[in-house]
Amino acid sequence: MNRRAWNTKAIDRADRLTRAREALGARLAGKVVATEAVVDLLQAVLAPGDRVCLEGNNQKQADFLAQALARLDPQRVNGLHMVQSVLALPEHLDVFETGIASRLDFSFSGPQGGRLAKLVSANRIEIGAIHTYLELFARYFVDLTPKVALIAAQAADAQGNLYTGPNTEDTPAIVEATAFSGGIVIAQVNEMVDGRSAALPRVDIPADWVDFVVPAPRAHFIEPLFTRDPAQISEIQVLMAMMAIKGIYAEYGVQRLNHGIGFDTAAIELLLPTYGESLGLRGKICRHWALNPHPALIPAIEAGWVESIHSFGSELGMEDYIRARPDVFFTGVDGSLRSNRAFCQAAGHYACDLFIGSTLQIDLDGNSSTATLGRIAGFGGAPNMGADARGRRHGSAAWLKAGREARTGRSGAAATPRGQKLVVQIVETFREHMEPVFVERLDAWTLQEQAGMELPPVMIYGDDVTHILTEEGIANLLLCRSDEEREQAIRAVAGYTAVGLARDRAMVENLRDRGIVRRPEDLGIDARLATRNLLAARSMHDLVRASGGLYAPPRRFRNW
Amino acid sequence: MSDITPGLEALDFSFAGRLPVGTFDPVLVGVVGSGNLEVLLEPAGGSECHVHVETSARGFGPIWEAVARDFHARHPLAGVRISISDMGATPAVVSLRLEQAVSELTS
Repeated sequence: MNRRAWNTKAIDRADRLTRAREALGARLAGKVVATEAVVDLLQAVLAPGDRVCLEGNNQKQADFLAQALARLDPQRVNGLHMVQSVLALPEHLDVFETGIASRLDFSFSGPQGGRLAKLVSANRIEIGAIHTYLELFARYFVDLTPKVALIAAQAADAQGNLYTGPNTEDTPAIVEATAFSGGIVIAQVNEMVDGRSAALPRVDIPADWVDFVVPAPRAHFIEPLFTRDPAQISEIQVLMAMMAIKGIYAEYGVQRLNHGIGFDTAAIELLLPTYGESLGLRGKICRHWALNPHPALIPAIEAGWVESIHSFGSELGMEDYIRARPDVFFTGVDGSLRSNRAFCQAAGHYACDLFIGSTLQIDLDGNSSTATLGRIAGFGGAPNMGADARGRRHGSAAWLKAGREARTGRSGAAATPRGQKLVVQIVETFREHMEPVFVERLDAWTLQEQAGMELPPVMIYGDDVTHILTEEGIANLLLCRSDEEREQAIRAVAGYTAVGLARDRAMVENLRDRGIVRRPEDLGIDARLATRNLLAARSMHDLVRASGGLYAPPRRFRNW
Repeated sequence: MSDITPGLEALDFSFAGRLPVGTFDPVLVGVVGSGNLEVLLEPAGGSECHVHVETSARGFGPIWEAVARDFHARHPLAGVRISISDMGATPAVVSLRLEQAVSELTS
């Protein structure tokens, strides 16, 4: 009685592949499409309203395919539903202006955040939702499965096997969701190998998951997002790094962690072999990392601090260094890095005991956000890194200690023994131009009203934040036992901001007596000793030297 | 105010000191650069600590007063004139320079 057809996806897929073969003719050889035929390929394969995943992250970009997509005829291909990690290139939004696409689900919009907000208010884009990376990948396997995926790889062979090189990033998650649901996978590649005179160094994506390969006229774009010039690290950041190492890492015995991308955390990385060593902490903290290959971590790696690093993506210039340190990094049989954003996000969420990163605003509940007025940006991976993993069940000293601090003296379900992830916000009380980080009300609330969002865009929720670290000291929110204590602990480290100046001095002294607020001097740290001389590298050139000449910074960072 | 560079704001604070420091060679720390400041400590006689600020960042008088007051609570110097040339340093940097200057004085 059931006359429903159960293979409509396969039939649809076969139709599209036939259309492509007919449209391309001699410009298609096996799976390899002539570069100049890319628009015809997309026009043949895509249908109005398709859900399309365009690969692009804060690092690698399928930029050639993005440009081709923007050149399609909106009369033939329109109303696409774009699902993609990051809106980074102008073409990512051009397709909405021309009507080629109309709906968007994404994670992060970085440089396009202002333009995105304008398009939303002009009703040119319908936003489904803003996700974390892991959350968006998860939906690729549930209700946002791509019909067509447009991805980027370093090289392909004639069969269509792909080598991604160090920047594998999102590719496996995207291709898996698309290829195993009757979708079509199209890859732009920097180079073709013939399989005779040259073979792929390794296979990152097997050929039978890939339908078309298009040689791109130039190598795909990669942003060196995680390179921080040590010359720009301030002595205040050195002071805060000393407090992080002594007051949090050593205190909890943090072995497994993830760092944000800012200068504050670069300072911590550069203080491990100097200040950390002087405290006798090597081998006791910071052994395992979920982290991109930060150049600032080179001195700590060379000094024997680091046992393993798994990475979301790679970092330009670090290729030869990584290749020479295979015990530390995850590398393929070819010797180059294998990154994987989905797995590294899972690792950061479930297998790390600490996340530390910066933000733009923190309110009196400890909610933090980088959302600013007039921009719709999203938060990428930060909310997964900076959140307690409620599903975690394995113990570690740091996780159990944090859990005890949060639960001692409580009753009922809140007293059930369990651990808690350390989530640290590290900020100077004022940003540049004397903008206070501590505020009564996050801009996120106004942005919610302006953009008609269901929720205010909070990056890290206050009930996930365990510590706030500023130049004024550390507020341990795990130990607070009331909303009032939390508020005063936050005010206590808010310095000379209006929020800080309004603190109750008697209550803050009480919190200090109980170790909830700790000043540098309470930690045995003399702020006058916080100088740049403590940095294991004080310049890009120092990092190159520390790597034994293996690190090759991008040109814009070469200032010697 | 005629000796003030246009665009700069001048601020003056005086506190009654309890720690006479007597005579000493002037102490100079920091540099006048973006986000930084120069702090000069000189003997001034009397029992006050006088703080003179020239800053390129206008409109932060109450914060300067709070920073100066907290510094004086930590180090109630008497007979000292503190001259600050600021180019938009944060309170954290100001406090750090003041601590560095006073440590030169007491070492």
